[in-house]
Amino acid sequence: MHPVILVGLFIAATLVGYKVIKNVPSLLHTPLMSGMNALSGVTVLGTLVATAKAVELQSQILGVIAIVLAMINVVGGFGITHRMLKMFRTKEDGDNE
Amino acid sequence: MSDTAYYIISAVFVIGVLSGIALMSKVKYAVTGNFLSAVCMAGAIIITMIKYDILPVWLLWASMAAGTVISLIWIYKVKMIEMPQLVAVYNGFGGAASAFVAILTLVNGSALSVFSLITSGLAMAVGLVTLTGSLVAAGKLARIIDGKQIVLKGHSVISNTLLVLSLASVVAIGFGAIDTIALVIVCSLVSAAFGVIFSIRVGGADMPITISLLNSFSGVAGAIAGLAVSDILLVTIGGIVGASGLLLTQIMCRAMNRSLSDILLGGHKGSGPAQEEPESVSQTPEESNEEVPAETDVRDVLRQAKNIIIIPGYGMALSQAQMLVRQLSDKLEENGATVKFAIHPVAGRMPGHMNVLLCEADIPYDKLYELESINDEFKDCDLAIIIGANDVVNSAARYRKDTPIYGMPVLNADLAKHAIICNYDLKPGYAGVDNPLYSKKTGVTFMLGDAKDSLAKLIEMI
Repeated sequence: MHPVILVGLFIAATLVGYKVIKNVPSLLHTPLMSGMNALSGVTVLGTLVATAKAVELQSQILGVIAIVLAMINVVGGFGITHRMLKMFRTKEDGDNE
Repeated sequence: MSDTAYYIISAVFVIGVLSGIALMSKVKYAVTGNFLSAVCMAGAIIITMIKYDILPVWLLWASMAAGTVISLIWIYKVKMIEMPQLVAVYNGFGGAASAFVAILTLVNGSALSVFSLITSGLAMAVGLVTLTGSLVAAGKLARIIDGKQIVLKGHSVISNTLLVLSLASVVAIGFGAIDTIALVIVCSLVSAAFGVIFSIRVGGADMPITISLLNSFSGVAGAIAGLAVSDILLVTIGGIVGASGLLLTQIMCRAMNRSLSDILLGGHKGSGPAQEEPESVSQTPEESNEEVPAETDVRDVLRQAKNIIIIPGYGMALSQAQMLVRQLSDKLEENGATVKFAIHPVAGRMPGHMNVLLCEADIPYDKLYELESINDEFKDCDLAIIIGANDVVNSAARYRKDTPIYGMPVLNADLAKHAIICNYDLKPGYAGVDNPLYSKKTGVTFMLGDAKDSLAKLIEMI
């Protein structure tokens, strides 16, 4: 894909993301950050492709480490966000349970 | 799979992720939003593996399984008070993974364009700065490393030199000046060193800003790696993460009355011991602490107050007093009072940290109020209970122009009819500015010592 399109996509995503995230109340900023950890794990896509292509052992080892780290971010990020968000409840919610 | 199909599906996933974040603007839908983002991420992994035809490579699945298992054990064990260091470590991992993608691209790629070379170099540099910077930040937050600012001799010179060297090696990689492998090694080392140098200079209370910034970096590193390998999902989602971190950094800077450059370059509020001496800036009359109201007065105030605002600070979190705070609030409510919580944006060690800690103690989130929405209510409130908070209730920020906190938004606890202060001691907070509230002659009760003990006493009195 042409570099100009990629850079354009990057700028567009940043601007749209900024607008959307601005609406998240400060109440939820910690879960937002851990959710962002999960999303930064999107780099796992790059690690998968790079590792599959790698021929030499050193490259493969580096690739495996990268996949593990990125995957910790993805699963851990979404998981801890879920754990936190479930704690947020109102009085009524609490009474219902 | 055709390119068109891949692009369309990718776009759907990106929109899904954005919708997931949009759902987080309402607490009720936040769990659903997070789930939606997670599903899109899983989809993104599958579609990428299909596109590059690497589904059958068992090594990839084994690595992903290993990461999954490690993270599940980890998040099962982590405590809510440890969230800042967890997020800091995850920031680092994200950066590291992106840096490794970049390194693999540089080492294994053949006939890369100048654009790919430079973006790979940049992704590697930003990723490694994020990694080492985050690990230092996490170490400080977890108290493995001393949390104070560490300023080396010629700190700025060192950090600027490292930054220039790092950028120079990225440019050199771009033009294929010398051996790529050698340059990769130089750039990695220099960038990693820069991350450490930049992070050790940040003091403990500035951590909310640092981890927000590193959160942003981890996304940007991913996005730049995406530019290098032409992956639109990396570019867009990395950009979203970068934007989020940037937004939070801005919010934190505003809440702490600091500019970003002050924190990174060690600006106006140094670690100078002069600011830790309360006497030097003292305007406190000597007799201030003499008239401690008798216990019966406190009892009356507690029992008769109808509108109560509780202000929790990091001191409360440190003494693990959340459950007692909840008991206090429950008892006061049984007594017929309305209890609200006023949360300053920097009450914890990361954005929103205090809310999570209170929600963990089963305090309903609709009782937690942001600074802007509750500050006008202090003048009508009978009682403000301050638990382990200092700078965030320092009214000097409103009128003392000569102090570093002047202009910082603070909670107007001094306007309440009565204030009970459950702090460890009467020393000024991190900003080193005396709190005029401490020298008020009437309407203030001090309960000094560990917040747990003070709260237990208060609960007994009701």
